[in-house]
Amino acid sequence: MKPPRFEYDDPTTTEEALDLLAQHGEDAKVLAGGQSLVPLLNFRMARPDRLVDINGIEELSYIRHDNGTLRLGAMTRQAAVESSDTARQLCPLLVDALHWVGHAQIRNRGTVGGSVAHADPAAELPVVFSALGASFHVRSKTGPRTLSPEDFFQTHRTTSLEPSELLTEIEVPVLPAATRTAFVEFARRQGDFALGGAATVVSVDESGACRDVRIALLGAAPTPIRASDAEDAIRGRRLDEDAAREARVLTEAAITPTGDIHGSGDYRRGLIATMVYRSLLQAASNRGEAA
Amino acid sequence: MTRTVAVTINGATFEREVEPRLLLSDFIRHEAKLTGTHVGCEHGVCGACTVQLDGTPVRSCLMFAVQASGHSIRTVEAMADGGSETRLHPLQQAFHEEHALQCGFCTPGFLMSLEPLIPALVGASDDEIREAIAGNLCRCTGYQNIVSAVRLAAKRFDAQHGTNGSATGPE
Repeated sequence: MKPPRFEYDDPTTTEEALDLLAQHGEDAKVLAGGQSLVPLLNFRMARPDRLVDINGIEELSYIRHDNGTLRLGAMTRQAAVESSDTARQLCPLLVDALHWVGHAQIRNRGTVGGSVAHADPAAELPVVFSALGASFHVRSKTGPRTLSPEDFFQTHRTTSLEPSELLTEIEVPVLPAATRTAFVEFARRQGDFALGGAATVVSVDESGACRDVRIALLGAAPTPIRASDAEDAIRGRRLDEDAAREARVLTEAAITPTGDIHGSGDYRRGLIATMVYRSLLQAASNRGEAA
Repeated sequence: MTRTVAVTINGATFEREVEPRLLLSDFIRHEAKLTGTHVGCEHGVCGACTVQLDGTPVRSCLMFAVQASGHSIRTVEAMADGGSETRLHPLQQAFHEEHALQCGFCTPGFLMSLEPLIPALVGASDDEIREAIAGNLCRCTGYQNIVSAVRLAAKRFDAQHGTNGSATGPE
């Protein structure tokens, strides 16, 4: 179908966008890459009175290495991150996961911030940013806020962004050397929404024992959640087949994903637990990241 | 509320008064009257409406015409030499020779997606080619002949341009 009528603004600075959101926020939607919002408009599942198109705000598009963090402007295209040497070097987990986001044509338009703000439970980037402990920087006329993924993602396609607020930057801590990461997911076809997945970040000490372990799950709940039972069980141990199996069993017992036409809740529970198992073994075989 | 937009399509600039909600795909078809770009699902899944925005393949059904103002769009009509039916673009020629289309509805999208990728697909495996076309749906061919056509186009590109891509892919 065709999108419903809307008023349209295309600010060229963040300040201008914040002015517009302060004035019209309740009735407006922010248009970033449009790869999720425009389908919703075409289906008329979304009918905002106004779109604030931030594609013209060049200052929101950047990939910066800054004092131990990787800073991504919210309007940075997914394809730009995918092909960025800086991103690949500092945050291979993010680049690995981007490969699974839609198709190349979608990533050419889709943005990092758009995926986060859309908060689809089947999306890869929110899960990766949860595993990495990223910070989301948001701004409004009343001031800036910095939110953790846990505070940001509320439920299915719902975030704690106020109508007057704009997500401006995602800040990702660069992991120490000897941190191993892996992203795995299962989808029926390349580019389809994933039925389940897991992002794993594990730091290993000199003895080979896991120290920090973070496992974030895709599709297990309305928001990205951590597999905390599995994390606790692995901490202090060697990352081997036995540990990965135990993590699988613990995850399967801990989650209750919802079923739909693409797979029952039981099926997804087993699938996501298997993704945890695979991501741990894949992380074990991945070399440490360069700091 | 309407806006004046100026969209350059295949080198010609189309200036029109449009509603902001007009999709780029509809601007191309109904305002520029270039009907080579096809509209399938209108929600970004099928890939039929793929065009190149400043050289990059994008879904024209997931953009508004106002967003393309000042940008350069390339559509399937620009591929054959001067719109000729006899001097096809090498990728079109490969599709023709390998029977990579039946009804042809999806073909413009495939061509627009693949054109910039051919140099990178020299020596690619079938899996890599299938991944390159994963964003375009075809309901007739079963994809086999499309994969063959891409392989042929990449091979000819390599022969002509002598890229360093090692031609190690399956024949």
